[in-house]
This record gives sequence, structure tokens and C-alpha cells, in this order.
Amino acid sequence: MSRVMENDSMQLSRRILDAFRLDPILILLLFLLSALGLMILFSASGSDTDLIMRQFTRLGIALLLMVAVANVSLRVLKKLSLAFYLAGVLLLVAVIGFGEIGKGAQRWLDLGFIRFQPSELMKLAMPMMLASYLSEKVLPVGWKDLFVSVLLVIVPVLLIAKQPDLGTALLVGSAGFFVLFLAGVRWKIIMILGLLVSLMAPLLWKFALHDYQRSRILTLLDPESDPLGAGYHIIQSKIAIGSGGVYGKGWLNGTQSQLDFLPERSTDFIFSVFGEEFGLFGSLLLVLLYLMIIYRGLYIAACASDNYGRLLAGALSLTFFVYLFVNTGMVAGLLPVVGVPLPLVSYGGTSMVTLMLGFGMIMTIRSSKRFLG
Amino acid sequence: MAPREQLKDDYSETRLIQRRLIVAAVIVLLMMSLVLGRLYVLQVVEHDHFSTLSNSNRVRIKALPPTRGLIYDRNGVVLADNLPAYRLEIIRERIDDLDATLQDLQQYVAISELAIKRFRQAAKRARPFESIPLLLNLSDDEVATLAVNLHKYKGVEINARLARHYPLGKHAVHALGYVGRIDERDLEKLDETRYAGTSHIGKLGLEKFYESDLHGEVGFQRVEVNAAGRTLRVLDERPPLAGHDLHLTIDSGLQQLAEDLFADERGSVVAIDPANGEVLALVSMPSFDPNLFVNGISIKDYGALRDSPSRPLFNRALTGQYPPGSTTKPFFGLAGLEYSVVGPKKSVYCGGYYLLPNEERRYRDWKKEGHGKMDLHDAIAQSCDVYFYDLSYAMGIDRMSEFMQQFGFGRLTGIDSTGEQSGLMPSREWKRRARGMPWFPGETLITGIGQGALLVTPLQLAVATAALAKQGDLYRPHLVKSINFAEDEMQLAIEPELTSQYQIKKKLNWDHVIKSMVSVVHGLRGTAYRIGVDAPYKIAGKTGTAQVFGIGQDEEYEEDKIAKQLRDHALFMGFAPADDPQIAVAVIVENGGSGSSTAAPIARKMMDAYLFSQGALAQEKS
Repeated sequence: MSRVMENDSMQLSRRILDAFRLDPILILLLFLLSALGLMILFSASGSDTDLIMRQFTRLGIALLLMVAVANVSLRVLKKLSLAFYLAGVLLLVAVIGFGEIGKGAQRWLDLGFIRFQPSELMKLAMPMMLASYLSEKVLPVGWKDLFVSVLLVIVPVLLIAKQPDLGTALLVGSAGFFVLFLAGVRWKIIMILGLLVSLMAPLLWKFALHDYQRSRILTLLDPESDPLGAGYHIIQSKIAIGSGGVYGKGWLNGTQSQLDFLPERSTDFIFSVFGEEFGLFGSLLLVLLYLMIIYRGLYIAACASDNYGRLLAGALSLTFFVYLFVNTGMVAGLLPVVGVPLPLVSYGGTSMVTLMLGFGMIMTIRSSKRFLG
Repeated sequence: MAPREQLKDDYSETRLIQRRLIVAAVIVLLMMSLVLGRLYVLQVVEHDHFSTLSNSNRVRIKALPPTRGLIYDRNGVVLADNLPAYRLEIIRERIDDLDATLQDLQQYVAISELAIKRFRQAAKRARPFESIPLLLNLSDDEVATLAVNLHKYKGVEINARLARHYPLGKHAVHALGYVGRIDERDLEKLDETRYAGTSHIGKLGLEKFYESDLHGEVGFQRVEVNAAGRTLRVLDERPPLAGHDLHLTIDSGLQQLAEDLFADERGSVVAIDPANGEVLALVSMPSFDPNLFVNGISIKDYGALRDSPSRPLFNRALTGQYPPGSTTKPFFGLAGLEYSVVGPKKSVYCGGYYLLPNEERRYRDWKKEGHGKMDLHDAIAQSCDVYFYDLSYAMGIDRMSEFMQQFGFGRLTGIDSTGEQSGLMPSREWKRRARGMPWFPGETLITGIGQGALLVTPLQLAVATAALAKQGDLYRPHLVKSINFAEDEMQLAIEPELTSQYQIKKKLNWDHVIKSMVSVVHGLRGTAYRIGVDAPYKIAGKTGTAQVFGIGQDEEYEEDKIAKQLRDHALFMGFAPADDPQIAVAVIVENGGSGSSTAAPIARKMMDAYLFSQGALAQEKS
């Protein structure tokens, strides 16, 4: 009897999800991650319930937006790609012209009713544009298409890097790169590109990077050279994670985070709080959760009905991975300090909305199927 | 372009993208393994290292200063304790308008510009949540006025800290010494770990000498702090161990009596128990209030003490060096008998002066008309100078010096206090070394009546008197009778320590000298006859007068005509009861004139008081 009812309720929720064109596995994983995120944010913020409520509200709005996007048909999405991309580039140019300066970088555009970061739009517009462009071409990508694609990637990336917002430029650039990669750019060309980038690295170092960016990289190599200045974040973060040990100090018991030693612990360094309070064991579970989300996205990409869907879902999932990798690599002292949040966990609304919109697209891609498997 | 589009093959393109997705999935796994590997290194391999760093981030060691040991006199009267001193303190972060608050507080208590300046300087260095003292040592009235009004001010509070306090004030300061704030010079010497959190240290006297006993053991508290350094909670603590209490040999009643007897005179008294070297009273007058020094004496107060002509800061008992005058006569008399230079019967005719062979200079007796025929007994009782000129000339400076050193002359007594001076017992060797000159026979004569280069401290004279009373047993004088360990209620008694023992060759010699000393006080012609008249016990003593001002060969010493500062010092030494010595006293009254009139009465009253309190007098009477 109860079993039947259980089955019925399962059926019911399944039907509701289907009605809203949502992927049950992805939605479950995202809920789990969001819940875990709120929990660790509660600890990181020093049990600040107001802050948790704000984050909770944002999460709700982002989820609603995700559901909305999930119900836009893939064809419409594809048609909007070019328009989004062009709007994004125009707005990026506008930011350089009239943007507001916050924290030393020009990123915001005040549209009167809302403050808006065009570079966030670009995180979605870039893979949409490239996927839309390449899905019409013969794959693997030929030279001409490659050239056009690289151009499409480089222009907005440079505009964003100029703000300067290295983290977003990296994410937008990699989103574009992933579309190209999935579209079958030959390994030889990828290697040549890689070689070119590493050859250009010294030039980039000299001319493209700001002083603070250079010092961040130097700090990564030797944090002790300036333990109270540039190195402070990374040293305290490593202490937090390292002192967590295998099982962690326990929720709300991380001394590095609770006693204010760890800076930026609600935002970019929230993974350190997790590492300190839940140890290697907890970190492993968290990373596993992320990987499941990424792999679910990649699976949906593989099963998509057309190339646009495959390329877009794949690129969005891999960009999500870049968030994860850059953020965890940064707090663990593997990568220089770049302003990339831990996706869906770090405090802040902008990236959360963008990410959820992305997952909405992935869900659209999943439901506009004929599934292969 | 067109032909290529024709080649578009849905199936192979799908397979291509799927292959690439798999490659990407593998790369994702590899890169995340890199991060997980890094986490493994941080959280497992280097865990201990980061644990230590994390703890040193959050854990601070806070020192808990120990309570300083108390000092009691021999009867249990408290001489030094610790009282709460009230301070007005301000916590910056709790105050919105500091200037207005400081202004407001002025209506309850006076705050000097200097105090505000010091406060602001300290506030700059301190963290905003730390309590910074604005005023130290609030009076009771100030505490009362402030206490009823402080509720209006957040972040202003009255806090109490224990501060050293000397209940008897200026009494006994020269025996006790005092504590003061730790300064740069102290910091160079002390162990900073032991003194973490301690603000005061013994500066002088007993407080300094017994610093390691009085100070105690510092305790520690491990506290958890946040990144701003604010203490959040106490993790664990080791409480401090209070310093050891000192029980002194000093009798504070006797001490105060002596100080009162001095009234406005300057000078010193030291009283010793001859049987063990216990110092019963150690007086230097005038005195001062050591409480002034505890929390930093004001420049004005210090200037007044330092510049006062009567030199209250000068510890006469230990560091004042005076010519002993005639108080040396019993010693030289005993030396004469012991070296067989004179016999008890041998007499010398005193005509008022003495002449050395082949010298014209007259060595005058204090009695211009002379004493007539004098034997040793009379020469001591009546203090005949000529007899002792003759005696010293016969004995010679070498033997005099050798003998006197055995009674502690020219030698540090080794008392358990600071700053002691050694006095001076001149000798041929000393003069060659110090002055680069040969010894003249005339100097032997002058030394023989306790003048010239011979110098003693009141303490030395008391110690020598005690040794004489005990037939040559010289004990190291000491102020501490026992040390009490607070932690285990153990008591360490300070044992009497015999530092030298002169072996009397013939007890008759000694008896003879003591008998002469009794005659000083009790004999009809004794110089201290006045103090012996109504004594219910026998006193053996000797008066002395020490010249401050040299008088020309043909001049008279007329006390009334000489400025007070140039008058002779009055001395008296003695012990009582003469047949069972229980107290030995040395008295010096600076510029007091003759020993018999000013110094001897002080000694008598002290002996009375002490022997009464000991019950010795009752026995004597019965």
C-alpha cells in the first residue's frame, strides 16, 4: 500500500519535472550542491542568517530563471545566439566607455534600474554564438571556420581582459575554446595554439598583465615573500585546508574561518572553509558532487538531438568545470589568485544567475531530444 | 563552400563530438585529480605543519603575574603587602566621542594634560578593545565619585590591580627597601619569561635581595584569539604561584620606637641579637615613605627627597661610614690584653695630652686637664684618650688592624640586603696601596681612639659589639628569620651563620674589658653614667664622639659656637644584660654632640623595650 503510494508520488514528481522540462538527476544534484553551499556559507559568514536569506533568495530567483530557460525551445535559443553575442560585444564596448568602476576594475553597466555586468552575459553568449556558427558548418572545423571562430572568441575576451577581469576573460575564452575543441579542431592545431600561447607568455607577462596580476603569480610561486600582503590570502587558505586534516574540524568549528584569519571566506575562498571544517573526506565528496554535475552535463551533450545542442551543452558543462578547477586550484595554492568563485556555493548573485541560466539551457537541450541512450 | 556542405555527415559528426566529449571527460578527471592530489598533500602529508600554524594563529599565551610575597616582622606584623590600586581605564572601541568623554570626566576627577597625553600615546599602540589606563592610583573619594557616575559612560571603567603597599609607611623603609616599576636597566638583567606580566620589581634593600623568593612563579593562560587579536576564550591555564612570604628578624615595635626616639635628629641605630645575628632594628633617620616609589614618584616629590640636606634616601645603617671614635676602646683594650701589650694593672699617667718621642705635636685628650693615673678599666670607663695613645703606640698598627678585622671592622658583614659598605680598617699596607704613602706613627695614635682613616657603618659597629658580647663569635647579620612557601606551607628557617670566631686567649682578659664597659654605664665616673642610674639590669657599653670638623692645635671645641652640621657625631655601643647578652645596639646621632647625652639614652630605651618584651627583665628582678 505505502509502496504503491510511494510509487505514485515518485510518478507524480516525475511528471511535474517533465512538465517543466527539467532533468531530475541534474535538478537533484543542483539542489544538493545548493543546500551544501548554504550550509557552508552559514559557517563561513559567521552564522549570519541575514546573509543566508539573501543568498537563499538569489538561489530561488536563479532557479526560477533556470526553469524559465528550460522551457524555451532549443530552436529559439539558437536563433537568439547571434543577437545575444552582438549585444554582449556592444555592451562590453559600452562598459569601456561609460562603465562604473568598482574595486579598481570597470565591469559594471548601470542601466538605471539594474546594475549589470555584460561580461556575465558573454559567458553564455559566447558558447551559444560559437555553437550556433559551427553547427552549420561541416565538422571537423576547417581553417576558414577556425579563423572566424578564433576571431569571435578573441574580441570579447580582450574587451573583458581590458576591464580588467582576468577571471571572466578566462571563463569566456575557455567557453569559446571548448566549443571549438568539441567541434573537432585537429589535435595538431590545438598543439600549435598551445605552443603559440606559451611562446607569447613572456610577452603577455610584460605587456598584457597589470602589476597586481604579476604579483599574484609571483606570490603563488613564493607566498612567504610577502606573508602579510599579497601572500596573506594564499598562506591563510593553505593553513585552513591543511589544518583540516582528513576529517576536518567540524562544521562551525574551523578556527581559521571562525576567527577571521581567512580572508574572503564567504566568496572566493569558501572552499578553504569547507576543507578546514570537513577535511579531505568532505572535500572529496564535494568534488565528487561537482564531477557528477559536470558528467551529467556532458552526458546530456552526448545525447543531444543536434550539433548545436551537443556543442552548447558540452561547452557549458566544461566551463562549469573551469570554475571549479580554477577556484579549487587557487585556494589550494596551485594556481594564482584569480577572481573566480566556487560555482553555486560562493556568496554572490551574478555568477549564480549565469550558471543557472546555463543549466536551464542544458535542460532544454536534454528535453528537445530524441534520446540516443 | 557548397561542396563541403554537401559532405556534412550527421552520423560521423555526432561520433566526432561524442569522442571529444569523452576526451574532455577524461581531462576533467585528470585535472581534478591534480587538485585532489594537492588537497591530499595539504591535508594529510603536511597536516601537522599546518595544524601548528593554525594553532599559532589562534592561540596566544597570556602571562598571569604572581602575587608578590608578603613581608612580616618577627611578631607577625605586616610590613609589606599588596593592596588593590584603582585605575580609571578606557576601552576605545566602546566610546563614540573620545574628546567629549575626556572633557566630561573632568567634572568628577582632575585629569592633567600629561595624563591625557600619556593616554593618547598608549592608545595609539594598543588595540581598540584593550583597556588603557587614564589615571592610576585613584583615591577612595575619587573612586566613590566616579563609581556612581560611570554608568553614563560606556567603555570607561574602574579596574583594580594589586600594588605593593607598605602599611608602616616611612617606618622600616631602610630595612625593607621598596619595589618600583621595571625599567630598562632591570630588563637587561631579568628573565623575561619569568617576569612576563609583572610590572614591579624589588629596587632596593630586602625587596631586591630576596626578589627571587618574593616574586613567585608566573602563570600562563592559553587563550584563543581572532585575527584582530581579541581574546575569545580561555583554553587552559596554569595559575601563578604566589611569591614566598618573608618573616623578618626585625621587631617593628622596637624599630618604630627607635625612629621616634630620634625625633628630628639624623643618624642610625642597629640592634642585633648577639646569639644569632638576627637584626632586631635597622634604623636610618630621617626616613621616607616607600609607597611613593611604588607607582612612580613624582618629579617634585623625588626632587624634595633627593635635595633635602638631611638626605632621607641615604641608608645610613648600611652605607653611612663614620669614624667610630671612642667606641673602639673596648676592642683595642682587649687587643692590648690579648697581645700582652698591657696588663690589667698597668697604668699610665694622663696629663691631658700625649707626646710621641721626637715629636712636638701634642695628641690631646678630650679632657683638657687630664684624667690622672689611669689603668685599663678606668681608661675605658672614663674614656681616657692618652691611655689608648700609649697602648696603640706600644701595640702598633699591624696588630691593631689584624685584631679589629676579626670583629668585622673593614669587612662587609654580608647582611641580606643591598648596598652595604665595608667601612675601613686602616693598615700600613692599605695606606701604601690607597694613598701611596708610608704609615706615620701619629696615625697609629689617632686610629687608637677611633679617628683618622678608621670608618665603620652602624651595622658593622653593632655586629662588632655583638661579637664582643659573645666573646668573639661573629654571626652574619640577617634580616630574614624564615621564608614561608605558600604552595606547600613549608618554612625555611634561616640558620645563624658564624662568619668568624675569635678565640679569646684568656677569658680573664675578656671579663676585664666587659667589666670596664659595665663601669661606663654603671660606674660613678662612667661616661654613660646617666643611663645606668635606674637600670634594672646591667648594661655593658661605650660612648663615643666622632670629630667631623678638624680643630687646630690650640683651639677649643666649643659645641655652642659651632654650626650644627659641624658638631661631633655622638655614638654609643653596648649590649645587655651584661652577663647574658640578648641585645647589642649601636647608635649614631649625626652632629649629636657627645655620645653620653644623645646616643646612649636611645640605646637604653631600646634595651628596656626589647628586654621587657622578651620577659628578661622580670627574671632579672626576681
